[in-house]
Amino acid sequence: MNAPAKIGPPMWLLAEVTYRCPLHCVFCYNPVDFAKHEAELSTEDWLRVLREGRELGAVQCGFSGGEPLLRDDLEILIGEARQLGYYTNLITSGVGLTEARLDAFKAAGLDHIQLSFQDSSKEINDFLTHTRSFDLKQKVGDMLKARGWPMVMNVVIHRLNIEHIGRIIEMADALGAEYLELANAQYYSWALLNRDQLMPSREQLRRAEAVTNEWKEKLAERMRILFVVPDYHEGKPKKCMNGWGNVFLTVTPDGTALPCHTARMLPGLSFPNVRDSSLREIWHESEGFNHYRGTGWMKKPCRDCDKKEEDLGGCRCQAYLLAGDADAADPVCPKSPHHEIVSSALENASRPERQTQALIFRDPKESRRLSQEGETPVSAT
Amino acid sequence: MDGTPRLGHGFRFQWEPAQQCHVLLYPEGMIKLNQSGGEILARCDGQRDIAAIVADLEAAFSTSGLRSDVEAFLAMAVEKRWLRLDSGAKT
Repeated sequence: MNAPAKIGPPMWLLAEVTYRCPLHCVFCYNPVDFAKHEAELSTEDWLRVLREGRELGAVQCGFSGGEPLLRDDLEILIGEARQLGYYTNLITSGVGLTEARLDAFKAAGLDHIQLSFQDSSKEINDFLTHTRSFDLKQKVGDMLKARGWPMVMNVVIHRLNIEHIGRIIEMADALGAEYLELANAQYYSWALLNRDQLMPSREQLRRAEAVTNEWKEKLAERMRILFVVPDYHEGKPKKCMNGWGNVFLTVTPDGTALPCHTARMLPGLSFPNVRDSSLREIWHESEGFNHYRGTGWMKKPCRDCDKKEEDLGGCRCQAYLLAGDADAADPVCPKSPHHEIVSSALENASRPERQTQALIFRDPKESRRLSQEGETPVSAT
Repeated sequence: MDGTPRLGHGFRFQWEPAQQCHVLLYPEGMIKLNQSGGEILARCDGQRDIAAIVADLEAAFSTSGLRSDVEAFLAMAVEKRWLRLDSGAKT
């Protein structure tokens, strides 16, 4: 394939240390078949991955999952990453976090913690009504601040909570959050299975953005709010991962190296495992990382599009999931021959009487059931 | 402009071999600094006030009259929250 001549260093190494998770979020981006990939890397493997990533030039290191707190060696990994000169980020729900564990992370030199919200249909309700979940977040927030970390919160926004967005911001402020990311659900993996229940109407999204802007102004001095618009509504393909194999390298719990969280699903592409190859070989030489670098792989309409360098054809996983063809233009693009799939999903979201199925919660049993049903694109049917 | 600058909450300053420059790291991001930005930030340690930083830079580069350039950089950096300015320090 026509990969660009010069491949820069990865800036980001994301260590997805485990798929285990106490939560069952309906918008989780872990692969639907995660239960098939649970053989986790050892501590030694992770330490080697961290060293090799840093040698390649990566500066940001994220620890996520699943719930990364479930790895007993997390403080060892954080300590090594910090020692190597990474800026270390922990992405956690805070469930199970103790004072002792936080002290260990502090001693290991952890730079940053992002506190994310659990399955929000229930948790947001708890949170908004000032009960258990609010108390947990408050407790964790206080523990973070006492140790000098800023309070950074991430809430996934979707149809079941979008009407409460003003209240969510207000409560985040009451908790002393300094950064708040309001990330609209993106429809991959579990979120795609649940898309019809999760997708807000255009009108809901417009209102939510307006409310967020009012709060941004009001809280400008003490909280930064980031509102991430979903690409379905924006009508514009995103430059996914800032370019395939350009800045981002993720290593999954079983050691598979990927250019994004969800690329494992793409058929016909093989992704290397850190048990067999060095990160340098993986980043520079592997088929999986080189395949969609640059623009040489494109076909019409992307190939002839004047925006092709700008958005690089959008997201390969979304093209596969919606159009059944990973080489196609991302169907969120109005120029895509498959754009109708996206516009009809949006239409459906705006209909007063929508048909929806029951929510599917992320858990190992569901994962095994869905894996047996095969790996066909979910919504091409 | 007065005070003692120190790095903002959550920022880290370091030399980055792969980039061959000083960088500021912050949650999920990185700012590459040019040489003068790097030299100024290297001295923003929460100990030295602005006058001391200017004096130190002028000595290190055998020059004078850097105060206004340094102040312009610091004002920009404070606005971007890279730095906090502790007040009350004597100049």
